[in-house]
Amino acid sequence: MLHYFANPTRFQRLSLRVEPWLLALMVICFAAGLYFSLFASPVDYQQGHTVRIMYIHVPAAWMALFCYTAMAVSAAVALIWKHALADVAAKATAPIGAAFTFIALVTGSLWGKPMWGTWWVWDARLTSVLVLFFLYLGYMALRDAFDEPGRGARASAILVLVGFVNVPIIKFSVDWWNTLHQPSSVLRMQGPTIHPDMLTPLFLMAAAFQLYYFWLLLVRIRRELMANRLRILRHRQASE
Amino acid sequence: MNTVIVLFRREARLAMRQSADSVMVIAFFVIAVVLFPFGVGPEPNMLARIGPGVIWVAALLAAMLSMERMFLGDYEDGALELLVLSPAPLELIVCIKVLVHWLTTGVPLILAAPVLFIMMNVPEEIWPVLLLTLLLGTPVLSLIGSVGAALILGARRGGVLLSLLVLPLVIPVLIFAAGAGDAVLYGAGAKANLMLLGGILLGSLALTPWATAQALREAVA
Repeated sequence: MLHYFANPTRFQRLSLRVEPWLLALMVICFAAGLYFSLFASPVDYQQGHTVRIMYIHVPAAWMALFCYTAMAVSAAVALIWKHALADVAAKATAPIGAAFTFIALVTGSLWGKPMWGTWWVWDARLTSVLVLFFLYLGYMALRDAFDEPGRGARASAILVLVGFVNVPIIKFSVDWWNTLHQPSSVLRMQGPTIHPDMLTPLFLMAAAFQLYYFWLLLVRIRRELMANRLRILRHRQASE
Repeated sequence: MNTVIVLFRREARLAMRQSADSVMVIAFFVIAVVLFPFGVGPEPNMLARIGPGVIWVAALLAAMLSMERMFLGDYEDGALELLVLSPAPLELIVCIKVLVHWLTTGVPLILAAPVLFIMMNVPEEIWPVLLLTLLLGTPVLSLIGSVGAALILGARRGGVLLSLLVLPLVIPVLIFAAGAGDAVLYGAGAKANLMLLGGILLGSLALTPWATAQALREAVA
């Protein structure tokens, strides 16, 4: 079943059919999410309107971790089963994940200045997310460092798996260490501590980011497949 | 056991013939640390405050310098393919290469450290703890560095790329090692830091040879 979608032509057809729906759903989720975040949700009793940065910062951070996990799974599938599209998916995800990590760091910094009084602090959560950002950059650098694309794909797949140890560290960093960053408020054993009025826009924005990721992933995979095809044609032309 | 001895003697002999590499690493270590008093001013209390961290960062960077050469020589002359194909477990071969790398890079760093403690005015009561962190931490640098060194075989600009890949992964080592000195000075004791460093060492010892062996197999495939 896994290899059913490994056929690039079949993948292309399926992707072209699915993409418009993803795009439409994403627009709806963004519209609803932004409406709820900016207008229809309450102000925080301590932070006032500044709390609304949370509706971008938290989904971006969730997506940063999700993208790295997706890359690790794709890399494992590529290495173990030599699935044709798995490492294309990993390559396509990397810049998206890096961008989400960057957005999480910058929006967090903008939120931290009015709330904590500082743009940055070297606590466990911020440090480990910065390390995640460097891991994304390292992956993209290693991928492009080889003349032969297959070698770059396999080497960077191993790198992603080695770096995956950082993801649980990020998730549990606020529980294991005394951090300035607030502890887990949503994904906890005892259930979320955030009021449902704030959870609704949070989950809507998270869904919008997630749909954006999937839509962009499909577009990028198609682009990679076309680039591969162009490269083969160019080689063939050069050798005639 | 015979295999281990044969492999160890090969690596040791190769390392002895290029002893200039070790000297260069130590020289870089010393020069990098010595630059700091020139840069931040020679005020002794401040140097003592930043000393352990600066020495540890310089040790990291010095280790990065020599890391690339771990497999590159064998990769370029084809010996790596023979090693990958040999009946000896590739993970064992990797372990021996890492051991020799640590003996020729990590151990000289540890031996050169006391001189730098004097230059950076590090208080004498934390010297033993810092030397212990170097003893526990430099093998981790060699182990995690071996994964990076295997991944960049055949890459363009491999040396710089190696630093970009390995340094984020060894940040925890740096945090706990440099923090151990402070922990002793504040009276909290460095036991937690040393335990965590030991844990990271044992974890790397168990997992990185396998990752490096996989990377080597990809490199010669």
